[in-house]
Amino acid sequence: MAETAALENSKKTRMARQSPASLLRAAFESGSIAGVVELNELAFLTMVGVRVDPNTEAGTRISSVTGGLPARSGDVYANGETAVLWLGPAEFLVVAPSEAHESLGGDLIQALRAALSDGEGQVVDLSANRTTFELTGPRARAVLEKGCSLDLHPRVLKTGSALSTEIGNIPAILWKTGDETYRIFPRASFADFLGRWLLDAMREYGSPEVP
Amino acid sequence: MLLIPCPNCGPRDETEFHYGGQAHVAYPENPNELNDREWAEYLFYRENTKGTFAERWVHSTGCRQWFNMVRDTVTYDIQAVYQMGSPRPATAVPAAAESGTATTAANSTITLGDAASSTPASSISAPEGATK
Repeated sequence: MAETAALENSKKTRMARQSPASLLRAAFESGSIAGVVELNELAFLTMVGVRVDPNTEAGTRISSVTGGLPARSGDVYANGETAVLWLGPAEFLVVAPSEAHESLGGDLIQALRAALSDGEGQVVDLSANRTTFELTGPRARAVLEKGCSLDLHPRVLKTGSALSTEIGNIPAILWKTGDETYRIFPRASFADFLGRWLLDAMREYGSPEVP
Repeated sequence: MLLIPCPNCGPRDETEFHYGGQAHVAYPENPNELNDREWAEYLFYRENTKGTFAERWVHSTGCRQWFNMVRDTVTYDIQAVYQMGSPRPATAVPAAAESGTATTAANSTITLGDAASSTPASSISAPEGATK
């Protein structure tokens, strides 16, 4: 009973919370160019930082919760709406929809915590650590190439891979979720900067191409 | 800018990395038995190599792992990347490393080394001149 009340309460308070780039929402709408390149914020995704050696028993238990763990740089293990991004040999980021968070009645974090139990490692709720931008459209790659020195050509960066790198001189995780769709995870304090940086990089594609 | 081959993530920009100084500086076996001078030498004295130099790097924006790298401090040529804890691999031109080195050794021939190492070809021939 008390738990149900707490859940109702947290559902009310979530209406009051503000995402890191919420002040840019109108700018994202006006700066997006339909069919060319569009930017929006996917606010409040559930993110869990997992540090565990995949070759240990605890790693196997974590792996059975998520369905698997990515093996090397760039790999993403996607299982339905939950995805595990490779950040390091023993460091992973689990990304799930906001409903998976315990404040909204989800059980992902508890399940991971229980799977780790007393094994060596960490399971930390990092949902508020980063925000998520979704950059999509045929010009998305051209926008990113202005500030990211990775080779983003599709023959090198395959759809469904994620890399931790620098975008616009700030550290961020870049996850290519579709052929022309990228998710960018900047830290919350960089969200405003990177949002404005991307809008500036997108601006030229709103004008007619100079022949 | 250097393009550093991270052993986990592949080649990345130098700005994603942080430098960790000279590699293979072992912690003293019995630190209590050192006198102040020896302790200060362990803490603060490092090679100032002109030539190939083994150093530590961390890929702080990527996989956040440390690794060792052998780099030529003159040409910035990266000669080897290897794991923390493993011994320094033999690199292609070890002789050049000795000749161009301005070490703290007593019989240091700094001026000769400097003059000889202006080009890689002449710096290889430097040891003969240095031992005279």
